[in-house]
Amino acid sequence: MVAVRAEPAAEEHASTSPVHGLWALTNRELKKWYKVPMLLFFSLIQPVIWLTLYGTGMNFGTLFAKGISIPGVPPSEVASLSSQFMLNVFGVSNYFSFLAVGMLSFIVLFTAMFSGMSVVWDRRFGFLDKVLSTPVSRGAIIMAKVFSSVVRSLAQAAIVLVIAVLMDMDTSHFSVVGIAGTFAALFLMTLGLSSIFVMLALRSSDWQTQMAIMNLLNLPLLFASNALFPAKFMPAALQYVVRLNPISYGTDIGRQLLLGAPGLNTLAFDFSFLAGFAVVFSAIGVVLSWRYLTR
Amino acid sequence: MTEVAALVQVRALSKSFDGKSFAVDGVTFEIGAGEVFGLLGPNGAGKTTTIKMMTTLLRPSSGTASVCGRDIRKDAREVRRVVGVVPQEYTTDEDMSGLENITLIADLYGIPRRISSPRARELLRLVDLDEAGNRKVSTYSGGMRRRLELACGLINRPSLLFLDEPTLGLDVQTRAAVWSYIRKLKKEYGMTLLMTTHYLEEADSLCDRIAIIDHGKIVAMGSPRELKASVGGDIIQVGLKEADGDASDILRKVGQVREVKRTSPSDYRVKAEVGEEAAPQVMDALRTNGYHVNTISLTKPSLDEVYLEYTGRSLRDEDTGKVDAMAQRRMMRMARS
Repeated sequence: MVAVRAEPAAEEHASTSPVHGLWALTNRELKKWYKVPMLLFFSLIQPVIWLTLYGTGMNFGTLFAKGISIPGVPPSEVASLSSQFMLNVFGVSNYFSFLAVGMLSFIVLFTAMFSGMSVVWDRRFGFLDKVLSTPVSRGAIIMAKVFSSVVRSLAQAAIVLVIAVLMDMDTSHFSVVGIAGTFAALFLMTLGLSSIFVMLALRSSDWQTQMAIMNLLNLPLLFASNALFPAKFMPAALQYVVRLNPISYGTDIGRQLLLGAPGLNTLAFDFSFLAGFAVVFSAIGVVLSWRYLTR
Repeated sequence: MTEVAALVQVRALSKSFDGKSFAVDGVTFEIGAGEVFGLLGPNGAGKTTTIKMMTTLLRPSSGTASVCGRDIRKDAREVRRVVGVVPQEYTTDEDMSGLENITLIADLYGIPRRISSPRARELLRLVDLDEAGNRKVSTYSGGMRRRLELACGLINRPSLLFLDEPTLGLDVQTRAAVWSYIRKLKKEYGMTLLMTTHYLEEADSLCDRIAIIDHGKIVAMGSPRELKASVGGDIIQVGLKEADGDASDILRKVGQVREVKRTSPSDYRVKAEVGEEAAPQVMDALRTNGYHVNTISLTKPSLDEVYLEYTGRSLRDEDTGKVDAMAQRRMMRMARS
C-alpha cells in the first residue's frame, strides 16, 4: 500500500491556483441551485406577482385617461394628454414596461440578499470550518459566494425579462447591444450587492439576525430607488437617497437601453458609478475575509 | 526526544477569548513522526481550541506551534496543506454525494482530478463507503457520515491527521469500526495522529502517548503505561499456603516489585510497574524458595484512576457537559434525518 504520510508531491502544488478553489466552490453553490428547480420557481413567483398584479393593475395611463372627463374635451384629446403624461413622468408609454425593468433590479437585489444567508448556513453546518482548514484562499471562499449569487441573479433576471416580454412589455427599442449592456449593468450591481450581503454575514452564525437584516433592507432599498416610481418627482431628501442607491443606476441603464427612455444620468456616468460600486465592495469583501473569517 | 525528530512542536500555546480567562493556557508538547498522540480531558478543557489553533482556524493569543517545520502563525497556508482535519461535527455537505464531497475537498487542496479521482475512490474503499459513494450524504447514517469525514481528512495525504472526538455520539459498533480505521492508519500507513477524546478506553487503547488536559493546562503526559505506573503501578495479589511463613522479603527482592504489603498471614499485595512481566517472576521466586502459590491475580490501574489523581475528579462520573449534550443531540438529529 502507498504511504499516505508522504509529503504531497510537487505535481499537486503546481495546479494550486486561486482560480481552482474558486471554481470548485462556485460550482458547489450553483449545483445546489440548478439541481433544485423548485427553488428557481419559487424565487420567480414574487417578481411575477409584482408584474401581473401590480404592473398590470396599476396602469397609470389608463387611470389618467379614464379618470378624467373634462366637459367639452373629446376623449381622443384626453388620450393624447394621457400618453403625454406617461412620457413625461415615466419616459415610456405604459407603466408595465417601466416596472418590468425595475423588476430586473428587484430580482437581482433579492437574490444578492440570500448570498449572506448561505455563509451563515455553511458556518452553522460546519462546512465553512472544513473549507477553512484547507489551503484554499479565504478570498476565494467569499468570492465563490458572490459569483454564484451573480450567476443566479443574472439567470433569474433573464427569465423575468422573458416573462415580461411575453406579458406585453414594449420591445420596440430592444437591441442586442441594449440587452447586453443592461445585463452588464445588472452584473456590476449584483457583484457589489452580493459582496455587501456576504460581508454582513462574515462573522455571523445566526440566521435570525441575517433574516432581520434582509427584512430591514429589502423594501427601503426598493422604494428608495427608481425601480417602482420615477425619481424626479420624489421629495428632495428622498432623491439624495435614490442617487446613492446602486439599484437606481442599474434600473436607469436598463430603461435607457431597453425602453429608450430618457435617463437620470448619462449611460457613462451610470456605468462608472456601478463599476466603482462593484470594485470597491468586492475588494472590501476580500480584504475583510482575510481578517474576519477566522477568529 | 530531540528537536529535530519531532514532527509537531507546540510551545506555550495559549488562547483567551475574553482577555481574562484562558481556554488554553501555555500548552507545550511534541509529537514524534508516526506517533498517535491523545489529548484527554473533560468537556471545555481546551482540547478543541488547541486543535483549532494548530489547524490555523483560530489565532493563538500567545505562544506558537510548528507542524512539519511550518509555523502556524507565519505559514498558516503551508500548515493547512500538510495536515488533515476530521472535526468533531459533521461538516460534509448533505446535498452532495460522498464522492462529490471528497472531490470538492480535493479541489480545494488544488489536487488535479487525475490524481484525486482514483484517490477518492481508494479512500471510500478504506472506510467501506465505496458502495454508498454516489448517494447523497443526507441519506447516510451517523456512522457513515463520520467515516466520510475521515476519508475527507485523508484526501491530501496529510503528514499529520487531527481527529477531534472521533467517536463522540456513535454507537458501540460504529465506535469499534472507527477504532479499527485509526489502527489501520497507524499500522499500514504509519500516520501521525493527534486525537482528542474524553473516553478513557479510547485513549488507552489507541494512543502511544497521552496528555491529560484540564482547565487549559496539561497536567500529566506520557504513555498510558507510564501514566498508570505514575500512580503506583499494577497490583498483584498473591495467596500462599499459610504454613509456609512470611514471604515478604523474598517478594521484595524480585526485580520489578516496588512495594509489598502482607494483608493477612497468607495474602500479599504486591505493586509492580508492569504487572504482566512481574507476575511470572514473583511466581518463580516463590516456587524456588519453596512456597506454594494458591492464587494469583493481576489488577491494572485504569486511566480513570490516573485522571482522578491528576485532576481531582473522576472523568467517568462527570456530568455530560452542556456543549457535549447539544453536539450529540445535533448529530443525532442530523443522523436521523
